[in-house]
This record gives sequence, C-alpha cells and structure tokens, in this order.
Amino acid sequence: MDLKAENISFSYNKKRQILKDVSLSLNSNQIVGLIGDSGSGKSTLCKIISGYISNYSGKVTLDDKEIPDKDYYPVQLIFQHPEKTMNPKWKMDKVLNEAWAPTQELKDTFGLKDSWLTRWPNELSGGELQRFSILRALNPKTKFIIADEISTMLDAVTQVQIWDALIKHCRTNNIGILAVSHDPELLEVICDDILYFKDINHI
Amino acid sequence: MANLLEVNHLSISFTQYVQGLNRNESKVISDLTIDVDESEIVAILGSSGSGKSLLAHSILGILPYNSNVTGELKYKGQVLNQELKEKLRGKEICLIPQSVNFLDPLMKVSEQAIGECKDEKEHAQKKSRQREIFGKYRLDESVDDLYPFELSGGMARKVLLSTALIGNPDLLIADEPTPGLDAKSVEETIQDIRNLKEHGKGVLLITHEIDVALKTADRIAIFYSGYVIEINKVENFKNANNLLHPYTKALINSLPRYGFNLTEGVQPLGEVSGCPYYENCPIRLDKCENNIPQLEEHDGVMIRCFNFKEGNDGS
Repeated sequence: MDLKAENISFSYNKKRQILKDVSLSLNSNQIVGLIGDSGSGKSTLCKIISGYISNYSGKVTLDDKEIPDKDYYPVQLIFQHPEKTMNPKWKMDKVLNEAWAPTQELKDTFGLKDSWLTRWPNELSGGELQRFSILRALNPKTKFIIADEISTMLDAVTQVQIWDALIKHCRTNNIGILAVSHDPELLEVICDDILYFKDINHI
Repeated sequence: MANLLEVNHLSISFTQYVQGLNRNESKVISDLTIDVDESEIVAILGSSGSGKSLLAHSILGILPYNSNVTGELKYKGQVLNQELKEKLRGKEICLIPQSVNFLDPLMKVSEQAIGECKDEKEHAQKKSRQREIFGKYRLDESVDDLYPFELSGGMARKVLLSTALIGNPDLLIADEPTPGLDAKSVEETIQDIRNLKEHGKGVLLITHEIDVALKTADRIAIFYSGYVIEINKVENFKNANNLLHPYTKALINSLPRYGFNLTEGVQPLGEVSGCPYYENCPIRLDKCENNIPQLEEHDGVMIRCFNFKEGNDGS
C-alpha cells in the first residue's frame, strides 16, 4: 500500500504559512524518518496526514484513493505526550480497549503489565502510558503509523524497547511508519530512509 | 565549605484514598542522596516515571498536599524548610519545569516570563530583560503577545527556559529542559547551563537524555525506581566498562550510537523488599532479593550494589 501526501499547503492564520507544497510518499513496508527544527510544522503535517486537520489544500491518498473520514481511519497518529491523549477519568483498561481489544501476546510484546490496567492515567509514567497509546493505535485496520516524537520523553532503555516492539509488529503486519524526530542518530538506526523537512517544505 | 545544595536520604510518598476511607500509601522516592556545589553541574539521569521531577518539586516546596517527605534538604548549609523555600524560590532557586503544561493558558507568554512586579518601573526593567532573553532564543517580538496554545512545543520550552533565567538564580533546577527542541536550541540550552556554572552557580539537571547530561554535567547520578543507584564522574560514561551498576551499563548500551541494544524489563511499580533492579539484574546475588544495598563509595564512585562491597570486586 502507498500513502501519499501531495502538494499540501496549510496555514493556521493569514500571518504565517506553515506548509507549502509538501509532498511525500510512503510504502507500507517502509519506515521513513522525518527530521526538522522545532516549530517548522512537522506536527501539523502529521495531523493533516492522519486526518486531524481537514481544511488544508492538496490531497492525502491511500493507493491513490482519497481516505474516507466516516470509517476507521487507516492512518493513525501517535503523539509525543501520551498523557494528553487519554481521558483522565478512564482507567487504563478502558483507554486501551477504546479502539480494539489487543491480544495478550501483543500486550506482552509491548511489556504491558496487567497491574497497570486498573490504574488511572496519572498514576503511570510517560513510558508506561506511551506503550498504551501505541498498542491502542495498532487496530488490525491500521495501515500506517505516524509516530510524532513518540520516544522523545522516554529514557534510552525504554526507547529501545518501544521501537523494537513497534518495528517488529509493523514489519510482520505490513504497516508503514513515518517516524518524526529531531534526533538524527535515532532515525539512522530505525529508518530505511530519512527525509529532511526543510527540503520538502517549499516555504 | 558547605555545599550549595545537599539532599540526604530524601524519600517522598503519597497518601491516596482508594475506596471509601481506605487509604493507600505509595512511595515514589525511597532514598535519594545527592549534592551540588557552586560552579558545578550535577545531572540526575533516570528512567521515566522514576520520580525525578518530584525531587525538583520538593526543593521548591510545590509538592501536593497529600505528599509525605522525609530526609533532609540543605541550601548553603541551612536546613531548607517550607518557609525558606518560599522565600528563595523564583529568586535564588529557579526551576525550569518539565511539562509545557506549566504555562498559564490564559496569559500572554511575555507576561508569564516577567512574572509579578511591584510597580511600572520594575516591569519595564524586567520587560527589557525578557526581550533580551527571548531574542537570544530567536523568539521574535510577535511571540511576546502569543498565548501558550499558539506556540509549538519547542517554542514553549524556550519560553519556560527564559522564565527561569530572568530571575538570575544561584541554583537552577532544570527539569528536562531539552526534549522536543531541535539540535541548535539544545546546543544553546547546554551553553546557557554551562555559562551559569562559569558564573559560580550550581545547576541540578534532571533529565533522561544522556547526551545532554554528558555534554554539561560534572557528575551524573543514576536514579532508578526511587533510588540513586550510582553517582559517577562524567568521563566514565564514555565507556560502559567503566560503569559499575548493570542498569547504568544497559542505559549506555541502549543509545543509538552505542548499538541501540535491547534490554528487557520494566521498573517495579510497587515497593520491593530488596534491590530495585533485582528482577532484571544479570549479576544478582541471593541476598539481593530481600536486602536493599546502601549507596556506598567504591573507588571514588558512589554505588548501590552488593557486588561492590569491600573485598568483592564485582566479578
């Protein structure tokens, strides 16, 4: 499968244009890195590709077809701060099963402990919460993962654990990954190819 | 001479109501000992969720009401009690908070950086200092009037950093000042922290980014599951073989540059009766299961591991 973003332009207000004619394409057997400065619009691009922002110009297609927004969205975004993406009044069990019910095997792969399930989001650490938010996004209908600085807040040991599990799962299930980070060393280790944001954003 | 900051056997726990009137006591920091001298940068490096930020909050006296703190904090030889904390914070002791959520969503960022002022004159003075510092971080004048939601993650970090530096503190507590910043801004932040050191100030750098710790700190303390498990000189972190604790070695080996090696295992959630690393430790001894090793000196390195007791060289 191919995910394509073609000539994406976007601005939040009239004063400043964030994205201009950004194009990129990604195959579901690929892990592509995207690197760029803070405030340059990487996260905005991620939100557009994964359907969170709709008033942009240009198009996002999956196998050259527009992605319908009424069904399960096959491009899932994982954010940098998992604590901001979870309902604070839900226990982790409910948070995890919101989109689908992951198998025990998959929970083990991601190092999810059963004792965490009965806790509230504010009782777990960022690394623990990030495991939930990744697993939650891996519904079998997911074809692409947009990973927006997902390991930036984690320690090095946890960073390896999370990427190792995510990459193994995505390789076996033919899910493509766009890995956004500001850390070139990390991207060099995990990606097949690296894009430089300043080269694709014609601003 | 007294250390700028001394933390002795700090432990922090929280009382929570679980159901009805049943209360639960959860311990987050079990035994944290560290000191910071003038003109010194000490980094605390720990896995996420290990309670590092609470150390910062306890130094500033901003822990929530349901926390219980034992142990001793000293600032310039004086016991740091709540009264003294309130007097010093924002002036002699400043904090760069971890989360961008610490910004007030309803206040323009320049006003937040300036903070409380007695009169117009003070405001004007601080305003020019704020402009100067913002300028240094390439936040142009249009940023002054923005609200936090209009900033990118990196810009918000720069605002937090500027806010702490405006006060010109003697002791800076930097709680994860760099994640989400691009390389250039990280470099500048590091430079700023080093500058403070050169001006005789002490910095306690709380971070999980080894690189930042390596580039700035004189000593690095490794914090794991509520305990400081090793305090070592920064030179020894260039090679995992110079490090003593197995977790410290795993941490260095998991860096992309040193092989991105996978180490299984997560930190224990609850309190354990023995060494906090027992479950994942490759060199564990029988006694580690139920006895907690103390932080002791071994060849100039502070280490918490039974393998490095007197007369035992760890092999």
